[in-house]
Amino acid sequence: MLETIWFLLWGVLWAGYFVLDGFDLGMGTLMPFLAKDEFDKRTIYNAGGPFWDGNEVWLIAAGGVTFAAFPLAYATMFSGLYSALMLLLFALIIRGVSYEFRSKVESVAWRSLWDACHTVGSFLPALLLGVAFANLFHGLPLDEQHVNQSGLIYLLNPYGLLGGVFFVAMFALHGALWLAIRATGDIQARAISAAVKLWPAVLVLVLAFLAYSFVHTQLFGNYLQNPHLFLILVAAVAGLLASRLYLSAGKFWKAWAGSAVFIACVALFGVVGLFPAILISTLNPAWSLTIQNASSSPLTLKIMLGVALVFVPIVIAYQFWVYKNFSGPIESEKELEY
Amino acid sequence: MDVLMLSRLQFAAATMFHFLFVPLTLGLSVLIACMETAYARTGNVVYKRMAKFWGKLFLINFTLGVVTGITLEFQFGTNWSRYSAYVGDIFGSLLAIEATAAFFLESTFIGVWHFGWEKLSPKAHAVTAWLVAFASNLSAVWILIANGFMQNPLGFELRNGRAELTDFIAVITNPWAWNEFVHVVAGAFCVATFFIAGISAWHLLRKQNEELFAKSMRLALTVGFLATVVVAVQGHLHGNLVAKLQPAKLAAMESHWETMPNAPMYLLQIPDEKQEGNLVQAMPVPSLLSILAFNDPDAVVKGLKDFPAADRPPVGITFLAFRIMVGIGTLMPLLMLFGLWKRGNLASCPTYLKAMVWAMPLPYLGMEAGWVVAEVGRQPWIVFGLMRTSDAVSPITAAQAGSSLVALVLLYTLLGAAGAYLMVTAARKGPQDA
Ligand code: HDD
Ligand code: HEM
Ligand code: HEM
Repeated sequence: MLETIWFLLWGVLWAGYFVLDGFDLGMGTLMPFLAKDEFDKRTIYNAGGPFWDGNEVWLIAAGGVTFAAFPLAYATMFSGLYSALMLLLFALIIRGVSYEFRSKVESVAWRSLWDACHTVGSFLPALLLGVAFANLFHGLPLDEQHVNQSGLIYLLNPYGLLGGVFFVAMFALHGALWLAIRATGDIQARAISAAVKLWPAVLVLVLAFLAYSFVHTQLFGNYLQNPHLFLILVAAVAGLLASRLYLSAGKFWKAWAGSAVFIACVALFGVVGLFPAILISTLNPAWSLTIQNASSSPLTLKIMLGVALVFVPIVIAYQFWVYKNFSGPIESEKELEY
Repeated sequence: MDVLMLSRLQFAAATMFHFLFVPLTLGLSVLIACMETAYARTGNVVYKRMAKFWGKLFLINFTLGVVTGITLEFQFGTNWSRYSAYVGDIFGSLLAIEATAAFFLESTFIGVWHFGWEKLSPKAHAVTAWLVAFASNLSAVWILIANGFMQNPLGFELRNGRAELTDFIAVITNPWAWNEFVHVVAGAFCVATFFIAGISAWHLLRKQNEELFAKSMRLALTVGFLATVVVAVQGHLHGNLVAKLQPAKLAAMESHWETMPNAPMYLLQIPDEKQEGNLVQAMPVPSLLSILAFNDPDAVVKGLKDFPAADRPPVGITFLAFRIMVGIGTLMPLLMLFGLWKRGNLASCPTYLKAMVWAMPLPYLGMEAGWVVAEVGRQPWIVFGLMRTSDAVSPITAAQAGSSLVALVLLYTLLGAAGAYLMVTAARKGPQDA
């Protein structure tokens, strides 16, 4: 029971990370296409400015919770995906630094260097997260000692790559909608038209990804056994549709919320499909890591549950407050900090 | 080189680089919060300009602290997976608590602080500064409890082939961890106050913004003197704990080879690990080592020869790092004290002001050396007495570990250079109008 709760919380943290950092990563990916001048670029940095660090902590917390609740999964997952994870970390490093460093020196070369870092550092994490999660959904060639027998190249199989492209598009849409909320003028108009163009692509990609998952993975097993769970997919589709409708209506907050629901449900769809496995071994089902053989002791799980039940709601409350108060439209130079 | 050595180098590089930024965050966040409180109380704009000026430097430093921290969070999984599986039940939960209780708070409110100068009242803004300061130091508590477990493991039982938590209270009240916390935070205040003092001295020498920098200087000297005293005094108590619980580390710190009562301390000493002795040892102070380690001149101090060779830490590095730390720890209070004595007319002591500019790296060096003592001195154990570092490493290939090490060092060097350039430029430019 405790293990199940933790498994779900684990999924919730990843979903939280995708929803929150997803739009920063998406905006960064889109920056070369949307920003025409210096003010546009700075708008993009500042649209994510107050939030990116707090968003990134969702990733740190997801990592920490993997460690705390499923230490064996933490050990296997991050050593098994060594090269991909290192790339992800380096990308996030240059992305984070670009926020703070870029505006500090008034030189075109300096600024284009950090712009490049920002874009690469946003695009690459989106791609790698998609590739990694698709591979987790499918499973890795784990041996009896839970050692991954494959390398970085193995991850770049067609299903993994589809997952990567899907994540990039999903986050780009999410980012465009966020920019529609925060930007004004030309750059807002370009963000809206980007969202309009991205939306069908996301729809096609999610359908393709689901279909591919159906034939290539065991993800649907739990759903076929317990059809109520299909509600998650229904909610995902509803979120995606809502985001398009609200976009046309010019209600950008609601459109963004729809996209947030979509992303969260996509993450939950995968996690629920995995249950009770965390890491599937494609070599032998008995070598998979599950919530039973990878979890911490009951005492640790209980203490951590107490911690999570106290702090996660508090975190959500103050982050909500910050979002509410620091996401007004950016109209002039004066409001730019980065 | 094998995976073990590469992973050790990588871990050392990643943590030591992270720890270039951590102490300034810990100390300066509190001092900035004080400045803002003064502004909210008195309405004197100079305090606001102070907070903004130091805040600008703080933000550059903070960002580097954050991005280098992410690597560490995953490093236990990537390079020390056997370790993670073995003690994750205890260690992992401490990292997770750090993230949920401290990192969220810290990094959410740093955004509010940064973007809130116009939106918030001075009082509310000061509150966000305090939240950041509190959360940063809270993160130090949790990570040092985690490190304390590696130094002095307790509150667990070996079950199911791993260490499982049995007593959470014992883990979080680990005396080793709290000694580390006091020592590290006091050291962090040394870093922050020398930082402020050095930059203020530079501007005072040029007679720029004298009111602001005189005020900054005075704050730095007062807090800094206290911090340097705490570091040294508490460092001694910390040493007592090391003597009791990790005698091999103590012996390595002093390059002390023969077990004996009334152990002396040599002011001049050059260790020679191969010969199991010292190449040079001169100017003994009788019984000082016994006194420092156990507060008793007659106490027996165990020498390195009485530990099996496989259980001895590397002596040379531990010894050297310890001497550097203690040397700096002796020098720093004197520098602060002199400044306090002359505080009325610092302008008449340009030599002192110049010295303070050059003294800025001292506490940084002390901090890095301190960690080398604590971590290298703990070897060959990753968790003292429980798990050897060689049993902890991940089943990855040397090519993976090697290429990530090279990439990490390259990336960090470039980031460090860019960060240093920005800091120096901003520090020289001085405060802007509030
Ligand atoms: C004594 C204090 C201390 C020590 C020993 C460490 N850190 Fe640290 N860390 C901090 C004190 C700190 C901080 C003061 O809270 C930082 C530094 C600058 C900053 O922005 O926050 C931080 C940032 C920071 C972050 C980014 C948090 C964010 O995004 O806000 C992570 C993930 C870590 N650290 C993880 C680690 C790990 C896994 C360590 C162990 C090897 C570690 N730190 C050692
Ligand atoms: C931030 C300050 C720290 C610094 C500068 C630091 C420094 C070092 C150094 C130099 C080593 C290499 C020792 C050797 O291989 O001989 C090391 C090892 C290690 N330290 Fe730390 N450390 C720090 C904090 C921590 C903390 C807080 C933890 C745990 C929470 C930790 C866990 C480890 C681990 C797992 C190793 C690996 C064993 C090894 O490399 O030998 N360190 N550290
Ligand atoms: C002058 C007297 C000092 C004494 C007697 C002293 C003593 C000690 C001892 C015994 C340790 C090892 C503890 C362990 O193995 O975990 C240590 C570690 C350390 N020292 Fe010092 N120290 C002094 C000054 C300083 C100064 C000036 C700084 C930096 C500004 C500093 C920073 C550190 C750090 C960061 C550590 C590692 C963390 C820890 O173990 O607490 N120390 N110190």
